[in-house]
Amino acid sequence: MKVHVNIDICLLHGQCVIAAPEIFSFDDNGDLVWVAEIDDSQVADAEAASDACPEQAIIIG
Amino acid sequence: MAGPQITIVGASLAGLRTAEALRASLPDASITLIGDEPHAPYNRPPLSKEVMEGFAGGGMSEDEAFARLSLRSKLSPDDVQMRLGMPATGIDPNGVRMADGTLIPSDWVVAATGIRPRRLPLHGNESIRHVLRGFDDARALAPMLRPGARMVVIGAGFIGCEIAATGRKLGLHVTLIEPGPQPMLRALGTRVAAAMAALHRRHGVTLLTGRAVEAFTPGKVILDDGKEIEADVIVEALGSLPNTEWLTGSGADLSDGVLVDDRMLATGARNLLAVGDIARFANPLFDDVPRRVEHWCIPGFSARRAAETIAAQETGAPQLPGFAPLPSFWSDQYGMRVQAFGAPALAETQTVIEGDLSQIGEARVIIEYARGGALIGVIGLGALPATIAKHRARLTAALSPKENA
Ligand SMILES: Cc1cc2nc3c(=O)[nH]c(=O)nc-3n(C[C@H](O)[C@H](O)[C@H](O)COP(=O)(O)OP(=O)(O)OC[C@H]3O[C@@H](n4cnc5c(N)ncnc54)[C@H](O)[C@@H]3O)c2cc1C
Ligand code: SF4
Repeated sequence: MKVHVNIDICLLHGQCVIAAPEIFSFDDNGDLVWVAEIDDSQVADAEAASDACPEQAIIIG
Repeated sequence: MAGPQITIVGASLAGLRTAEALRASLPDASITLIGDEPHAPYNRPPLSKEVMEGFAGGGMSEDEAFARLSLRSKLSPDDVQMRLGMPATGIDPNGVRMADGTLIPSDWVVAATGIRPRRLPLHGNESIRHVLRGFDDARALAPMLRPGARMVVIGAGFIGCEIAATGRKLGLHVTLIEPGPQPMLRALGTRVAAAMAALHRRHGVTLLTGRAVEAFTPGKVILDDGKEIEADVIVEALGSLPNTEWLTGSGADLSDGVLVDDRMLATGARNLLAVGDIARFANPLFDDVPRRVEHWCIPGFSARRAAETIAAQETGAPQLPGFAPLPSFWSDQYGMRVQAFGAPALAETQTVIEGDLSQIGEARVIIEYARGGALIGVIGLGALPATIAKHRARLTAALSPKENA
């Protein structure tokens, strides 16, 4: 599965980093980075992150 | 065997997330989602922030604005029966009663009807008085937010402060009237609230605290000290009332929202649950006092919990006790993010641990909130989430669930 974040609408709430720290994190500049290709065991976490994102910036699939 | 009939009333964030969680955990349930608004479920926070700015400023059409709000869903049309545009008016042992008199038979009912703005019990200026809760409210308000127009916002809670800030961005003259001593005082505490007041004043808002509105005369707002303020548009943002009238007679405790236990089951009623802004629950992270929490994060947490409960009762599977979500909320004002974790509103003391409140809006400030000497909340002002993360982790460690503390 692929994880995509629409950076144009991401407002850096960081809720995804809390919900799925293995997939989403902040780099040293404070920018959001994420694992673009996840395996089946991570899909539930990725979906929880997508639900937790107040801007609906995360697309899984 | 046919699965249970589950009716969810309120087709917004909490209702939609409940439907999704139920669909995943009880595939043979037949789920109905009822909403009184004509719109498919949408997201409210941008209504006072970026979407209002774009919509009112002319950068976004109505369709574009709604497209930005619309909640993406994992549900397909066959998963849930949606009944939009008609309110539920009652509940009886067989199901949910609709405004047209029809009954929707239900084994389980989930209340997700949220809250509505409280109105001032005063006459006058009806044609220019607005509230902001739903898309239709935003649609009515947006054309009034013209550069140079005089806006009076009554109530300096989060929504009042956000619409004041958005009004300034759009070039309006803004007067913000707050009956209490500071804006957002309960949520932020005295020192941070005072700094936020300074931020609003610095951005050109006329902030009048300790003042109530006494009357409206044509085109004017009259305060309790006799002051008259001219207004082209008035926004009432004085807090909210839970939408629980339809649950009268259900047996549930409706004294402020719907009282629920740690499984989101309404106390005193049968097979009734409540989620989102109307659910009043005790959070063992803090104490055993049930409270309603009007934060965006609560619908998601409570919806998953409610679905777990119904699934456990239907399948006889055991359910882990305890519901202790870490609350968080945010607000955006003048391009500055306010990000809170925990329950700053319950704190007795606040300590600035990074930055300086006199620099609010220019440099990041992080504040710790404590009760009985123990950490209970953290707020970052203009701080990147990466910077707040370590404080949030400390907070999580400090807030281990308490038994009847
Ligand atoms: C302008 C605005 C800005 C906000 N900004 C933030 C923010 O920055 N950060 C944050 O954390 N939170 C914010 N919030 C709060 C957040 O949006 C709410 O916590 C969230 O919407 C609650 O979801 P809910 O589904 O419980 O209730 P609601 O979203 O209120 O949904 C309830 C739904 O039920 C419907 N309904 C009511 N009665 C009936 C009936 N009898 N029959 C059928 N349907 C009925 C209502 O019309 C509504 O559609 C904001 C809210 C608003 C209004
Ligand atoms: S939760 Fe959404 S808005 Fe926030 S950082 Fe993650 S993707 Fe961006």
